[in-house]
Order: sequence, then structure tokens, then C-alpha cells
Amino acid sequence: MMEIFFPDSLDELWAIMSANPGGAVMAGGTDLLVRIRKTGRKPPALFCLERIDELKQIRENEKVIFIGAYVTHQRLLENLTVQKRLRALWDAVSVLGSPPVRHSGTIGGNLCTASPAGDTLPPLYVFGAEVDIRSKSNKRSVSVAEFITGPGRTSLHSGEIVTRVSIPLPAPGTISRYYKAGKRKAMAITVASMAVQAKKDENGIIELIKLAWGSAGATVVTLPEAEEFLRGHTLSEERLRQAGKLVSAGVTPIDDIRGSAAYRRMVAGNLLLRLAHEN
Amino acid sequence: MKINFLLNGKETEIEIEPDRRVIDLLREECGLTGSKECCGAGECGACTILVDGESRLSCLMLAAQLEGREVITIEGLAKDGCFHVVQQAFVDYGAVQCGFCTPGMILAAVDLLRRNPTPSREQIREGISGNICRCTGYQKIVDAVYFASLALQGVN
Repeated sequence: MMEIFFPDSLDELWAIMSANPGGAVMAGGTDLLVRIRKTGRKPPALFCLERIDELKQIRENEKVIFIGAYVTHQRLLENLTVQKRLRALWDAVSVLGSPPVRHSGTIGGNLCTASPAGDTLPPLYVFGAEVDIRSKSNKRSVSVAEFITGPGRTSLHSGEIVTRVSIPLPAPGTISRYYKAGKRKAMAITVASMAVQAKKDENGIIELIKLAWGSAGATVVTLPEAEEFLRGHTLSEERLRQAGKLVSAGVTPIDDIRGSAAYRRMVAGNLLLRLAHEN
Repeated sequence: MKINFLLNGKETEIEIEPDRRVIDLLREECGLTGSKECCGAGECGACTILVDGESRLSCLMLAAQLEGREVITIEGLAKDGCFHVVQQAFVDYGAVQCGFCTPGMILAAVDLLRRNPTPSREQIREGISGNICRCTGYQKIVDAVYFASLALQGVN
């Protein structure tokens, strides 16, 4: 039997964690509980974060939004700043799982699961999000790219948890989107996805562009050469098609039950073409 | 451990292993077999319940998580012997075939109408997108939820 703890504060969490070595931290549980049931490997204790108010806060100033690790996908969907200024993240949570999954799953949990198919990850990459990490005796922040180190692997050390995600708010006039290809519209693990953040000048020339692909490699894939190829140009279908070739060549997907590597390469490149239809 | 929570409006105290799943607590300890288990992995929605008003999957929650919460299952939806509007609409529009998905489907619809009392048909499809039905083809379920939303708005 697993012992289950519901600390009310981080201080209480640290005490419980040191007294119960080998336990696992649980946020929404939508991945962890499935994994425990599937493998039959029960940790001796679960440290549930759901009653720690500090982890549920969303705060913002003019430049940055700070999202607590225990903020659910549903709350992100309902947050006006996310809707208006972080559209790629809003797009991603709107196609993540289903309503009951979004009521449980959290942004911190999606990060720590570190799936190459995790829907919030490509948007967090293009926005340049920082992950705030705490332990009993230490605080540090790393970029999301430094945080995710491999499929299912993060740079979290034992005794550390993610407390917050900080996202710099894009300048006015910046557009962002997340496009997902899955087997169906809901409850689908991503076959290939792409997040974009871009800013055009008054002539439609791309000044800034950040791109990131999901399910296209061991972690989220970024391709500076594709961004470089698009910067300084308008997003014509022809230019995007050529950039798509760089993308198909640059991503490093695998064959699995949901799609072949060749299919994923093609889709990853073709998702760029959607940009021809965005204003 | 002892847990205390509100189950279908009734103060409930239960002695249970804290890591039992909520679906097992409901079906095996409380005798409430309306909530169904199908996939056991959060994919199908058959075990959907309302926790503090929000749809949650009872196969992906542990008993200890219910402490102090308010739980509504399909058994708690009817009031004074009268169906909830959504239940009545499922009957009226033939939205039930084998019935296995129905409890979860109805609670997902109740959750949707709480968040969005005037959904379009597309928004209804999105609202029940976590609930799989293998009989109806969804058309009659969407009809039922749509007409339930009209009934709740007082339109006939």
C-alpha cells in the first residue's frame, strides 16, 4: 500500500519528503497513476501537491506571467492573458486530452512527464519559458530546453520539484499558434506538432520567428536554420514549402504505433504551410 | 484510513486504504455501480464523476484525494424522484443504447453546461470528447445535450 500525503505548504512537503525516501511527487496524476497501474510498481509514498496553494497561483506583470506548477490545463484555457497573448499555449491546452483530463492535469506535470509528445512543451520552447525549481535548501531556474533532457527525463535532482513556469509575454503584434496532428481530435497523443511565435513588420516581412516541433525527436526539436531561412522574408507558400524541406530533413522522429518516422518528417514540414493562412 | 466527504449530498465517512482508486471505492465500498470502468487509464470517460462540480475520471483518482470534497455520481443527479434535465433529454432523444457510457456521458454534459450554458453543436462534441460511445454514433447524444441546454435556458 502506498502512503499518501497532502502537505499544505512547501515547508511541510520538504519535511514529508525527507521522512519518506523513495516516494513520488504527484500533481494531477493523469500520467503517474496510469504508469503505476500498468507497471504494478508502486512507490512507497505519494506526495500530492494538490493542497499547496502557492503552486496554484497565476501572477503577471507587464513583462512576464508566472504560472504555478499545479495550475491545471483547464485554468490555463480560461486565463485571459493566455488566451490573448500566449495563443500557442492556449491552442495546445485546448487540444490536450479531454475536459476531465484537463481538470486534473497540470502544466508542471506535463513538463515533468517530459514526453516528446507533451502538448504544452513546444509552446513553452517558442516563448522561451523558464522553469523554477525548488528543494528544501535550494532554488534555481533553468530554460525549458535545459529542463527537458530526454524522453521522460528532466534535469530535476532528487528532492527537487518544479514550483513555477515563467513565460515572457510577447510584444504586441506577435502571433503564436500550435498545430497538432493526431489520430483523432480528442484524447490523441500527438503524431507531430509545431508551435510558432512570429512577428512581421508592416510589409509582412518576418522580423522574429521561433519554431518548435513535438513528437519529432527524442525531445522537442528546434531548427535555427529553418527560422533563419524564413527571417527577412514574407511567408509565401513557396518560401514555406522550401523551409518545410529543411524541416523534414532536420527533425529526428521515430517509427512507432502511431506513425512512421517518414510520415512524421513529412507532417512536421507540412505544418509550416499553415502559416501561409495566418494573419 | 478514514475519509470524510460529501457523496451525492450525504456526509459520508468511510474506512478505506488511501491508495484505492475512487472508482473502486464507489462501486465496491459504496455500492454505487452507476460509474463504469472500461479502460482504467483515463481514455474512455466511462468512470466520469463530478468532484467539486468539475468532471474528473474516477479511475485516475485515489480515495484519499476525496477528503473534504463534494462528489456527485450518476446516482446523485435525480432530485426528489425527478430526472435531471440532461437525464430526461437522454431519454427523450433516444441517446441511450447499451447504456454503458451513459452515466459518464451525462456527467460530462452536466459539466459542459455548467461551464457553457449555451453550447453550439460543435462545442457539445468538444465537451463530450473524452467520452467514448460505441453504439450511437453520437448524433442522438449531441441532440440530447443540445435540447437539454435549451430546456435549461427555458426555451421549449
